[in-house]
Amino acid sequence: MTVLLHTEGVSKSFGGVQALDEASIEVDEGSIAGLIGPNGSGKTTLFNVMTGYERVDSGHVYLGGKDITNSAPDKVFAAGIGRTFQLTRVFSRLTVMENMIVAAQQHERGQGRLRNPLARAGGPATRRRAMELLEFTGIAGHAGALAETLSYGQRKLLELSYVLMARPSIVLLDEPAGGVNPTLITTIADRIRQLNEQGTTFLIVEHNMDFVMGLCDKVTVLDYGSAVVSGPPSVVRTDPKVLDAYLGTAEDDDDIPVG
Amino acid sequence: MNRGMLLRLGGLAALLVIAVIFPLVITNALYTQFAVDTLIFVAAVVAWNLFSGFSGYISLGHAVFFGTGAYTVGLLTTHWKVIGGTIFALLPLGGLAAAVVAVPFGLIALRVRRHTFVVITIAIFFIFQLMAYNFSFTGGNQGVSTPFFLWTAASYNNPFYYVGLILAVGAIVLAWLIRNSRFGLQLLAIRDDEDRARGLGVRTMRVKLTAFVISGFITGMVGGLWWFFIGQALPETAFDPTFDLTVALMAFLGGVGSLSGPVLGALILEPLQQWDAITFTNGFVAEIALGVVFLLVILFLPRGIVPTGKEFLTKWQAIRERRSQATPGGEAPPASGSAVPSSAQTGGVR
Repeated sequence: MTVLLHTEGVSKSFGGVQALDEASIEVDEGSIAGLIGPNGSGKTTLFNVMTGYERVDSGHVYLGGKDITNSAPDKVFAAGIGRTFQLTRVFSRLTVMENMIVAAQQHERGQGRLRNPLARAGGPATRRRAMELLEFTGIAGHAGALAETLSYGQRKLLELSYVLMARPSIVLLDEPAGGVNPTLITTIADRIRQLNEQGTTFLIVEHNMDFVMGLCDKVTVLDYGSAVVSGPPSVVRTDPKVLDAYLGTAEDDDDIPVG
Repeated sequence: MNRGMLLRLGGLAALLVIAVIFPLVITNALYTQFAVDTLIFVAAVVAWNLFSGFSGYISLGHAVFFGTGAYTVGLLTTHWKVIGGTIFALLPLGGLAAAVVAVPFGLIALRVRRHTFVVITIAIFFIFQLMAYNFSFTGGNQGVSTPFFLWTAASYNNPFYYVGLILAVGAIVLAWLIRNSRFGLQLLAIRDDEDRARGLGVRTMRVKLTAFVISGFITGMVGGLWWFFIGQALPETAFDPTFDLTVALMAFLGGVGSLSGPVLGALILEPLQQWDAITFTNGFVAEIALGVVFLLVILFLPRGIVPTGKEFLTKWQAIRERRSQATPGGEAPPASGSAVPSSAQTGGVR
């Protein structure tokens, strides 16, 4: 299997806090990879570094062999990495459809549709694809509604939908199941699996261990900003270093992976 | 839907006809002067809204463009000794000068977010006012005065009125085009969540700067027209801090970010202010009144007349529909879903 996305010794500190300390992870092409770790272990910071929202102090980020370290977020998105945020971020005063069209800018620009900037937003092809994706995630019925009227779970689905607009090769999901009701969690997991079968690679940060262990091919554990263990869920689940990482800090009971 | 659009288009056409024949029917110079001032502010507030309303970056430095346009047109007119109707051909040059100023202005101010942006625009505004006072080519505190125009006193205001109308209508049409375009959608996305927009491939700096420059261009032309009309640009009147406050207040009163709101705000506030200034010869009363209006808007209409009015209308419609269903004879099918989300389907406030 070829590696699609990987980091090499990425470090990042905020003042005196070492958020990432020589973190190296690998995500295989076509896989669903999980990234877990106690609160404050640097998961979201690693996401931010990989997607251009934070600059690295040292180290490198590669996508398909290409160095994308410290690229701006729009460049990273163009290169093929889509991401969602832990606290969902949708354009609340735009309609669901308009949210989808915003994410299609890059794609339409590539087709030369941007030559006339005053052209109507979203061509028919874009709208068709947007509707397909919304139907796929199950929120097509809300296409005309303002995004602020959606429930929290629906916003997560919208975020996933518009990230897919640009046909990314890899999608980074930051806590896709967090704060979502159990039925919707199953839906989200199903959709991820389906997309994966169609060829999209995933890297998922999640605290819901059932979700991660049930979905991921490989799980990497972060602790104090570095990757301590990486392997299939069954192996990671019983690794003493993982138990240390969680039980050693023991700040958040929900995070304990062993039942 | 189709009938609604026809109705709307008809309404707009009627408004335009009224606007065109206004100075022919009402010939009182005082009222036409009010009208010219109002049109100047309509164009200015639409230009302001096109950047600040759509992107969410509140600029209190648009007087820089207004003053730059006024001084540019003023200096060119006096140097080239332009007279007669051809003076209006200079307006695009005033806009161009303002647009040229907007590039470095935007590159500096747009590096920071929201609140800091407001402060920086104010700072840059005062730098420009100081320059107008201190450079020799701007005439220092004497400013730049207009030469004589050849129009007869009776219809003196009319040329200004029609040029103002063209500017205002042009600005509104441009704002409407932008609001419905890909570019406009990018601006609105920036307003809602700039970082997220960047992460979805929107080149935020480029989009913001373009809107800022377009907005500056129109404001510069408006400043030029104002200079012709008033006849003199002084540092404190061309670069006037109350211009920024007035424009922002008009937009907030009508509804920031909507298309019709700022226009409505200007149509209400500018005549009110003029009337104020004439009725109360004590200069400060007008300013106190402006302050009172500002407080009332914040207290009772924080989102502006147009958005609040629309919300009220949809609520009222929903109530009426429910009532008609409740009546025993009413055979209307229970289309309860259609009433409430109707505003949502049009994509929010227009």
